[in-house]
Amino acid sequence: MTSELRDDAPATAARDADRRAEEMGRDGENAVIGRTVTINRPREEIYAFWRDFSNLPLVMDNVERIDVMDERRSLWVVKAPAGKTVEWESVVTDDAPGRLIAWQSVEGADVASSGRIEFLDAAPGRGTMVRATFSYDPPAGGLGEWIAKLFQREPNVQARRDLRRLKQYLETGEVTSSASPSGRDEDPTEQHP
Amino acid sequence: MRAVTWQGRHKVQVDTVPDPEIVNPRDAIIRVTSTAICGSDLHLYDGYIPTMRKGDILGHEFMGEVVEVGPGSTLVKGQRVVVPFTVSCGSCFFCGKEQYSACDNSNPATTSDASETLYGYPMGGAFGYAHLTGGYAGGQAEYVRVPYSDVGPIVIPDGLPDDKVLFLSDILPTGWMAAENAMIEEGDTVAVWGCGPVGLFAVQSALLMGAHRVIAIDHYPRRLALAKQLGAEVLNYEETDIREALWEMTGGIGPDACIDCVGMEAHGMAIDNIVDTIKAHTFLGTDRPHALRQAILACRKGGRLSIPGVYGGMADKFPIGALMEKGLTVKSGQTHVQKYSQLLLDLIAENEIDTEFMISHRASLEDGPALYKKWHSEQNDYTKIILKPGMEPSHEPA
Repeated sequence: MTSELRDDAPATAARDADRRAEEMGRDGENAVIGRTVTINRPREEIYAFWRDFSNLPLVMDNVERIDVMDERRSLWVVKAPAGKTVEWESVVTDDAPGRLIAWQSVEGADVASSGRIEFLDAAPGRGTMVRATFSYDPPAGGLGEWIAKLFQREPNVQARRDLRRLKQYLETGEVTSSASPSGRDEDPTEQHP
Repeated sequence: MRAVTWQGRHKVQVDTVPDPEIVNPRDAIIRVTSTAICGSDLHLYDGYIPTMRKGDILGHEFMGEVVEVGPGSTLVKGQRVVVPFTVSCGSCFFCGKEQYSACDNSNPATTSDASETLYGYPMGGAFGYAHLTGGYAGGQAEYVRVPYSDVGPIVIPDGLPDDKVLFLSDILPTGWMAAENAMIEEGDTVAVWGCGPVGLFAVQSALLMGAHRVIAIDHYPRRLALAKQLGAEVLNYEETDIREALWEMTGGIGPDACIDCVGMEAHGMAIDNIVDTIKAHTFLGTDRPHALRQAILACRKGGRLSIPGVYGGMADKFPIGALMEKGLTVKSGQTHVQKYSQLLLDLIAENEIDTEFMISHRASLEDGPALYKKWHSEQNDYTKIILKPGMEPSHEPA
């Protein structure tokens, strides 16, 4: 869309990468992933869950753990291909209780990443629209993304699934799983977390 | 434990697999006492449903005894329960609207991508029905893990035998919702395509809801006889031109409501159906909607169309013109089983609804593979099969 008048879509739905990057305040090379999910819980409750970053491994499949260092800083330990992990320190850059949290990896981190989560009232009786945007620089550029894809940790898919798990956990008290036996050869107890 | 597993098109077998375990707080484990083979299991058997994997445990109509519960379950060990085929969390927006089959949480995050692509939004979970709906192990087994067991299973009072209540798991509420979706009014003529178990329950439900006449359509004499016994007038499409018959029987007005209880694997030798069959076998289209086309054309102007029959993909030559120009109202969907459980249990207990008349065969779980074959090839005689894991296997050749 090239006209002066922008439509009302969120930046992550834009067809032009420039606008998405501009919105994120990062350069156009970064992968930007955005998704909105409606969670049938009050804004304050979802905000409080997310603001304690140590909760996030409950719903983020590729995050092994997050150590909260102080009010603003936390250490993210993230699963990487071949059973390895990568770590980086992240700092909260914006925090509006009940409305918004933004964070960013510190200067010099191996994986430059940032995230922003907004909490908006859904229609009355429908809870909260949670809009998450993640931006990241894959390790070793395109190669890193290729590796990530190979290991089924493609960030776009990962983000979408993490938000589904967040919704499941907050609405039902558990992360939905179809883990059960089967007669499948390859992995009879394979889980669908 | 022993379980009926899917091995590929037209191949199922009974395997020994690990017992299920409690995974989440709201889970329960059920020891299966009765489990039925459903018409929609035939769609799996025929290989029409994508995302089945070799070794998956089949079955979504089952009941049994609670043998283990997680700390969040409201069930008690020893209770007899019927389990809805739909897995529903009870706390999302959709469950709150009693649209249980649309549950937003019951399909695990890793299996919900496919339906998001195929249908626009991720679908809810279901037992024994491919990985599109979560890859949950099914009920044609000795034990089943039941997630969200505080929402789904309905406790059965003593004195009601399995055979009377088992169909609360799927086909009875499906037939009931089909009739409800037909929005029946006094004086209505309701036409029902397909006299399988869902069609027969739709016939019974439509009459209970006050339909003036119900006209049931099939080609298997035994199934038509069952529909007639329930009070329907019947039409055999191998002997009769259905549209002509419906015109004449309704004095040129047409049925007020039409219910398609056939779904994607319609039989019949009409030209459009033969073309569809070729397309389906060459993967150019997945659904053969012959019955649905006929229902749309036969329905009166301003009438209602209810579609409980299962469709999975795309349909070709869909008569959208007839649908729009006549101003039809269409209602459809997988059944919101939990919404109807208590009401239908009460109607069974009060003998208002007969459930046992359609059961043609009872057998051991071990006889499952042989009966899939029979169910597939002898649909006139095999109207409904119940497998009982505790029963002695028969020694009849498969």
